[in-house]
Amino acid sequence: MTERVAATPGLYPLPDRAKETLSDLKGHQKGDLLSGDESEAIVAAYDEVRAEYVDDQLDAGLDLISEGQGRWDDMIAHPLTVSDAVETGGIVRYYDNNNFYRDPRVVDDLDFSGDVAGELEKATDLLADADGVDDASLAATLPGPYSLADLATDEHRGDEADFQAAIAEFLAGEVEAFPDHETLFLLEPSLITNPPAEGEEAGATDAISTVADATDADVVVQTFYGALGEKLYAHLVDEAGADALGLDLVAGDRDDTVYNVQEFGSTDSLSLGLVDGQNTLVEEPETIAERVEWFESQIPLEGFDRTYLTPNTELFYLPTNKCRAKLNALADAAEVLD
Amino acid sequence: MVRNPSANRDQFRPDDHPNDAFLLTTVVGSYPKPKWLNRADELVDDPDSKFDESDLEEAHDDACRLITHEHERAGLDTVVDGEMRRNEMVEFFADRIDGYEFNGPVKVWGHNYFDKPSVVEEVAYDEPWLVDEFEFTSNVAERPVKVPITGPYTLGFWAFNEAYPSTEELVYDLADLVNEEVEKLVEAGARYIQIDEPALATTPEDHAIVGEALERIVSGIDEDVRIGLHVCYGDYSRIYPEINDYPIDEFDVELCNGDFEQIPTFTDPEFEPDLALGVVDAHTAEVEPVEEIKANIRQGLRVVPPENLTISPDCGLKLLPRDIAYGKTENMVTAVREVEAEIDAGDIDLDNPLADD
Repeated sequence: MTERVAATPGLYPLPDRAKETLSDLKGHQKGDLLSGDESEAIVAAYDEVRAEYVDDQLDAGLDLISEGQGRWDDMIAHPLTVSDAVETGGIVRYYDNNNFYRDPRVVDDLDFSGDVAGELEKATDLLADADGVDDASLAATLPGPYSLADLATDEHRGDEADFQAAIAEFLAGEVEAFPDHETLFLLEPSLITNPPAEGEEAGATDAISTVADATDADVVVQTFYGALGEKLYAHLVDEAGADALGLDLVAGDRDDTVYNVQEFGSTDSLSLGLVDGQNTLVEEPETIAERVEWFESQIPLEGFDRTYLTPNTELFYLPTNKCRAKLNALADAAEVLD
Repeated sequence: MVRNPSANRDQFRPDDHPNDAFLLTTVVGSYPKPKWLNRADELVDDPDSKFDESDLEEAHDDACRLITHEHERAGLDTVVDGEMRRNEMVEFFADRIDGYEFNGPVKVWGHNYFDKPSVVEEVAYDEPWLVDEFEFTSNVAERPVKVPITGPYTLGFWAFNEAYPSTEELVYDLADLVNEEVEKLVEAGARYIQIDEPALATTPEDHAIVGEALERIVSGIDEDVRIGLHVCYGDYSRIYPEINDYPIDEFDVELCNGDFEQIPTFTDPEFEPDLALGVVDAHTAEVEPVEEIKANIRQGLRVVPPENLTISPDCGLKLLPRDIAYGKTENMVTAVREVEAEIDAGDIDLDNPLADD
């Protein structure tokens, strides 16, 4: 029987109070954003934020708990913007959104940083101290290597394939330092917005499998902002080393996605982006549950393992009240399906 | 298709204009608020303070009077109140339009947030949005007053759409409301309206939606009313020459910020509306010298002749220190008047305006 798991790919909006506290502590300018060596006061403020994220997710009843990535000022480019081998350039557009991040210009060999592992250690401690969390475990989040290379500027290697492989090795090194986690979400929106050229899919799938191989956890390769092209989809199913491919059922053309699944099969598990991470309209749990059942009925695979019920994108686009409401809706949908 | 800019331009030419040539000077709209006004905004929310809403209204009136006169002192032909009553370009309007609700701030970048509203039901017109503001400014101003309005594309796409099957449909409904507002402003005497569509710069492929929205906005608006469109920094080649089909009198661009590299985009095919050219940078805190601004103005003459050229800063100046904003505006007007005199004297070759005389 298929197991349904309510989870999120992370990157939560800062609670409103923390928005004020942290902008007072850090400032509003480009140079004030996080560099990985923040003061004690800032560390303490983020500790509070993290605890609030964990509580919110436990209260909602999610099956997998995210650290929430409150520190990720530059969204999924964060693991690079705190690296010593990176100089941050101008403010550039984050995909097709009215959001911006600092362009990470990689100017040297990327060494291990341990920044994300440090966050996850703290989340692990919070989970260990929380009451009644026997069935909730940690989900880690990282950018996928394809997207991270796409968001960054290479000023060191001078070769695209080489740069992508170096980013993958860097991320794999970070993953190896992670504390125990049940699932690793690798966020790969660039596979949709700027897909590899035909015939060059292997570079992307090799990079993803390099990172996936660095953990024993289930790896979800979460794609979003639309539907995958069919060839790329087939390559990802077969070659990325993912336990689950994440499919955006909100922004993407659902017919395209269903066609891909029917034509090319699927990973043993799937992550379904069911709740709109970019709109405040809160979905009804019953509606979400219906979407899950409908989609599962399209999958030809026997013995399908697990369905992750997730928002289609990161959650930082939302005001905090709506983000919380959506966490509740996801968890309730999983209950409806049980 | 383009409206008829020559039918409404002369009304903005001051009676005592010193030159034959007339490059219309204006501003995009926002201007730094005096620090006391920000304090006043905070004070009215403080329960321990005796400062109340009517005190705040007085403070807003004072600030509008002050900035309108500051624009006049800088020598501008058309003025704005600096948008002293407005907080943010979407929030201000969403607050006045039925159908929007606010849920709290969302991230734009770093620790910069915006109270992005949600459209939760069909949008509707309630009270006028800007008529009081216009009437006040018009009464204290000696020069004609321009009214900037956030455009329906930006009001639609920079909100969460919970209620409409597509955001495009929301944009058209909003355009009808903007049309209603423009009619009321015209009734109150407004003759210069600027529609601000910064969101188009980020999604230029939607230029046809903006075009359709503009058709609705100008429906029934006489040609003696000047309708401008301001789109800030972006890749203009992706919306040109399509903007030649827009029903506008004037297209206002931010090109100083990019050293006018995009000017050639507008030279082929021929530019049809009047060009409103940004000639001082809204994002650098140094006042450009008059000579530098004069060279920038000549860039505009590569696109249109003097009688079709309007001169403004690149964008709203609200993020600058106030003395810098004033310095830029004053130098801009000085530069314009000097260029006009040089045109009158035949010192500028209009077929090759960058050539040294």
